[in-house]
Amino acid sequence: MKAMVAVKRVIDYNVKIRVRSDGSGVETAGVKMSMNPFDEIALEEAVRLKEAGTVSEVIAVSMGASACQETLRTALAVGADRAILVETDADLQPLAVSRMLSVLAKREEVSLLFLGKQAIDDDANQTGQMAAGFLGWPQGTFLSSLKVDGTHLVVEREVDGGLESLRLAIPAVLTADLRLNEPRYASLPNIMKAKKKPLETVTPADLGVDPAPRLKVLSLAEPPARAGGIRVPDVATLVAKLHSEAKVI
Amino acid sequence: MAQLVLADHDGVTLRPATLNTVTAALALGPEVHILVAGSGVGSVAREAAAINGVSKVLTCDDERYRHLLPEALAPLIASVAGRYTHVLAPATTFGKNVMPRAAALLDVAPISEISAVVDASTFVRPVYAGNALATVQSADALKLITVRGTAFDAAGTGAGSASLESVPAADATEGASWLSEQMTQSARPELTAAKIIVSGGRGVGSRENFALIEALADALNAAVGASRAAVDAGFVPNDYQVGQTGKIVAPSLYIACGISGAIQHLAGMKDSGVIVAINKDEEAPIFQVADYGLVADLNKAIPELIDALKR
Amino acid sequence: MSERESMDFDVVVVGGGPSGLATAIRLRQLAEEQGRDISVCVLEKGASIGSHTLSGAVVEPRGLADLFPDWKERGAPLNTPVTKDVFYFMTRKRALRLMVPPALKNKGNHVASLGALCRWLGEQAEALGVDVFPGFAVTEALYDEHGAVRGVATGAMGVSRDGTRGPNFEPGVEINAKVVVLAEGCRGSLTRTLTERFDLRKDCGPGTYGIGIKEIWEIDPAKAHPGRVMHSIGWPLPRDVYGGSFLYHLQDNKVSIGLVIGLDYANPWLSPFNEFQQFKTHPAIRALLEGGRCVSYGARALVEGGLQALPRLTFPGGLIVGDSAGFMNVAKIKGSHTAIKSGVVAAEAIFTHLAEGRTGEVLGYPEALRKSWLWAELKAVRNIRPSFHFGFWTGLTLAGLESHVFHGRLPYTLKHSKGDNEKLVPAAKAKKIEYPAPDGRLTFDRLTQVYLSNTAHEEDQPCHLRLTDPSIPLSLNLATYAGPEARYCPAGVYEYVQDAGSDALRFQINAQNCVHCKTCDIKDPAQNIVWSPPQGGDGPNYVDM
Repeated sequence: MKAMVAVKRVIDYNVKIRVRSDGSGVETAGVKMSMNPFDEIALEEAVRLKEAGTVSEVIAVSMGASACQETLRTALAVGADRAILVETDADLQPLAVSRMLSVLAKREEVSLLFLGKQAIDDDANQTGQMAAGFLGWPQGTFLSSLKVDGTHLVVEREVDGGLESLRLAIPAVLTADLRLNEPRYASLPNIMKAKKKPLETVTPADLGVDPAPRLKVLSLAEPPARAGGIRVPDVATLVAKLHSEAKVI
Repeated sequence: MAQLVLADHDGVTLRPATLNTVTAALALGPEVHILVAGSGVGSVAREAAAINGVSKVLTCDDERYRHLLPEALAPLIASVAGRYTHVLAPATTFGKNVMPRAAALLDVAPISEISAVVDASTFVRPVYAGNALATVQSADALKLITVRGTAFDAAGTGAGSASLESVPAADATEGASWLSEQMTQSARPELTAAKIIVSGGRGVGSRENFALIEALADALNAAVGASRAAVDAGFVPNDYQVGQTGKIVAPSLYIACGISGAIQHLAGMKDSGVIVAINKDEEAPIFQVADYGLVADLNKAIPELIDALKR
Repeated sequence: MSERESMDFDVVVVGGGPSGLATAIRLRQLAEEQGRDISVCVLEKGASIGSHTLSGAVVEPRGLADLFPDWKERGAPLNTPVTKDVFYFMTRKRALRLMVPPALKNKGNHVASLGALCRWLGEQAEALGVDVFPGFAVTEALYDEHGAVRGVATGAMGVSRDGTRGPNFEPGVEINAKVVVLAEGCRGSLTRTLTERFDLRKDCGPGTYGIGIKEIWEIDPAKAHPGRVMHSIGWPLPRDVYGGSFLYHLQDNKVSIGLVIGLDYANPWLSPFNEFQQFKTHPAIRALLEGGRCVSYGARALVEGGLQALPRLTFPGGLIVGDSAGFMNVAKIKGSHTAIKSGVVAAEAIFTHLAEGRTGEVLGYPEALRKSWLWAELKAVRNIRPSFHFGFWTGLTLAGLESHVFHGRLPYTLKHSKGDNEKLVPAAKAKKIEYPAPDGRLTFDRLTQVYLSNTAHEEDQPCHLRLTDPSIPLSLNLATYAGPEARYCPAGVYEYVQDAGSDALRFQINAQNCVHCKTCDIKDPAQNIVWSPPQGGDGPNYVDM
C-alpha cells in the first residue's frame, strides 16, 4: 500500500516571529523556512513503515509557492520516494488544503494519509480531520503510537488526561503528535540523491479545487507585553495579594 | 437563530471547558443550546440543563456515541447544524478532533481555538504559538468554532432550566473502533485545561523535591507543569513540560517555582492571567514577567504557602 | 569510523560566508568559461546560508565587482547607497563631531545586510552548480598517509550528551577533496586546529581580535534616513580600550547599531555587552532609538591583526581565505570586500593548480594576493590598529598621521606584542566597573537579547565549549580574574553559580545560549576554552544580520 504525507513550509521553529508594524502579517523577508516539525514526525513514521516493508511508496505533498519545492526536497532526502507540489500563490487555508489532499489521495490511490497534527504557524489543527471527513475515512489524530495489524491499524492518541487506543480500518488519515517518533536527520548523500527524485507540479485547478480562502485575516497583532509586577516580602503577603487583589485563589 | 454548544464529557459529567464554551456562545447571542451525545448520558444532560443561560439541551443517546468518536459524531453535528448560526466546542482534544471533521461534511471553514469574540462573524485567535493574535472574519453562513477555555469565564450553573429534546442519531462513518484508554493516574486537572498551574524548574533541585511542587498543586487543585530544564534534569516526565512545541498554557494563575525564566518557557506561559514567581535568585528573568515575585528558598516558602492556603 | 559514507569533490569549502561562497562561485565560473568540470561543495554549519553571518555592515562593492561585474543587474542586495558619513567623539553627555577619517568615507559603498548578501551569493553559487550544504558542521580534517589534508568530515548528528548514540543518530560524512578551503570566518575552529598542526602562525605572532555586538532596531519613520552612516569613538569605553560604535540606517525604518571592542583590553571587569547597552543611553542615541523596538541581536568576533598578523595562507592540501586568515581592513572596519577578493584570488589559483595537474600547496594563491589590490590596501593601513597599543591619544595621533599623511609608506610595521588572552590584569589590580541595570526599553539583559538571536541548540548533545582542563575556570579565571567569561561572553553562556547548601561557586556552561561569536576561544586567559562546532544547523538564526 502507498502512503502520502503532507508537509507544510513554515517559518522555522527556532525563529521568533515578528508581527509587521502595520499588522498585515509576520515578517518573512530573510527568515529561515523549514518543514513544519509535526510534519517531520508524520513523514518519519511513513518512511519507517516503508523500511518495515508495510508501505510500498511514500509520496510527499506540499502546497503553496514554488519555494515549497525546498521542503519537498527535504522530504525526499529523508526518505520520500517522490513529491507533488500543488503550486499556487493563493492564501491557502485548511479547508482548501484538505480538499486538495483528499483529491490527491484518491488520485494516487494511497491507503494512508499522514499529516502533522497542526502547523506551527496558523496552529489550526484541522487539516487531517477535514481530509478524513472529505474522504470518508476513519481518522487517528494526535498519534503517539501506530501499529499495522493486517488490514487495520492500532493507534494510540494523546488526549486530555491520557492516552486513547483505537482500531482503524485502512484506508485512514493519521496525524502525528510529538512523541510518535524522533525524526531522523537528512544525510549529505541523501540530500544529493534527493535532487534526482521525481517532483511533479500541479495546480489547484488541475485538482478541481478553488483555493480561495473562506476566512479573512483582518489583522495580526502582537499580544500585549507583560510588564513586571511587584515583589512581595513574604508568603503571607503573597497569599493576601492573590486573594484580595488578583482574586485568583 | 441560536448557537449550539457541543458538550465535552466523560459519559458521567461534563468537562469544565464546556462551561467556558457556553460563555463564548452567549457572547454571540442569547439563545444557546447544548448537544449532549453519548450512551447513557442522562446525568450529563441534566447537568447541562442546569447551566445558566442554556435554553435547550439536545440529547442523542445512542451506543454509537459511547466513545464520542468523530466518525460517528461529525455526521450528527452536521445533521443538526442547520438550525444554528454557530456551533461551538471547547478546544480540548475532543473538540479539536471532531469539529473540523464536521466542518468538512458541512463545507465550512472552521475557526480554531478562539480567544475573543469581536462580533458574530469576527473572532480573535492566537497563532504562532500565542506569539501573535489574528483577528479573522468568516465568510461562511454557519460558523464552526472551537473555544480556548481559559480565555472565557465558566458559565454559572444551577440557575438554568433548559428543556430537553431528543434528536435522532445520524449514520456513522465506518472503520473506527475504540479499544481502551489509559488516563494518567492523577486527580489533578490537565495542564492545557487547568485554571491554575504550579510549575517547577531546575531550582527545585531534585526529583524528590518535586513532591513539594505537587503538594502545592494539590492544595490549589492545580495542574503540575515543569520547565525544560526540570524535564532535562529528569525530575519529571516530558509531558509536564510547558513551552514545548504545541504546549502553550494560559491558566488564570501560573506559579513558577525555581524557574529562571528561560525565554522559551516564558513563551509557553506568558498568556497566563496572573504569574507568580518564587525563586531564590532575585535576578532571575522570570521576575520581569511575574505579577508577584517572591525571592525565597522553595524548601521554606512552599510549605509555608501550603499552610497558608489550608488556613 | 568506517561506517561513514564518503563523497568526492575537487574542492570543498568550509564555511558559507562571503569568502567561501566567492571561492566556490569563481571556481565554477572558471570551470564554465574554460569548459572544465570542477566539482565544488560548500559546507555551512548554520541552518541556512546567512543564518550565522553578522556584520555592520557597510559594504564596499569592489570585491563583489571582481566576482560579478554585473552584480547590480543580477540583483545583489546592495541597494542603500551611503548618503552621509559622520564621525563623533562621544563624551557622557555630548557628541563632538570630528573630521571623518579617510578610511571611513563611504561614498560609493552601501549600507547592507551581509547575511542577505550571503544568501544571494548562495543562490548564485547553486545556480552555477556548486553543491551548497547548510546545516552541516565540519568537525575534523582528514589526512593522507603523508600527513597532508585530504578532506574533511562533518560531525555526527544525534549524539547524546554523554557521547553515546541517540535514537536519531546519523554518522558524519567524509568529504575527500583535492583542495580544502578554510572559510570559517574569524577564529574558525578547523582553522585553529590546522594552524596548530601546521604551525601556520610561526612567523606572524598571535594577532589581535575584536568583538562586535550588534542590534537591529525599528525606529520612528520620521527619524529614518536610509544610507546615513555614523561612527563614534569615546564614551562609554574607557580610554585604554580600543573600540567604537557604528550606526547605519537601513531601509524600512531599520537601523543597525553596534559596538566593536578590541579584545586586547586589560580590565577583567569590562563587559562588552554592558558597554554596548550603556552606549545606547547616550542622549544622541537615545533620541534616535526611543519609541522604537529592538528586533535582532547578535555578536561576532572580528579579526583585527592586519597584514602583519596573517598566518601562512596555505598548507598541504588546502588554503585559508577571508577572515579565517584575517583580511579585514581595520581602519575601514570592513572585511567583506577583502574576504570576497581573497576568495576570487584563491579560486583562480586553485583552478590553475588543478588544471595544470600540480600537486603540493597552492602557492599561486599567496603570490597572486601580494599582487592584488587587497594587499596594497591592507599594507597602507597596517600600522593603524597597533598604534593603539600605545594608548588612546597616542594611538589616535599615530593613526591620524598614518591615515592622513603617510598612508602606510613609513618603513616600519608595528607588531601585536602578545595574544589578547594574555592582556588581562588580575581583577584585584583593576578598577571594578559597575554597569547600570537594564531598563527593558533601551537597554536589556543578556538573555533577553540572546532570544532575539534565535539561537537554538539541540540540548541532548555533548557540550561544544570544551575545557582542556576543567579546573582552570575556578582555579585561575575565578581566582585571579574574577570570572571574566561571565562578562566577555555576549550570550550568557558562562556562569559562576552557587548551589544550595554550598558556599563555593561552580562553573556552569549554558551552551545552548551560544551565538558562535568565538570570543571565549580568543579571550580565555589560559586558552582553555576550545570552541568546537555543535551539531550542524545549531546556533543563531540571524535574519539579515
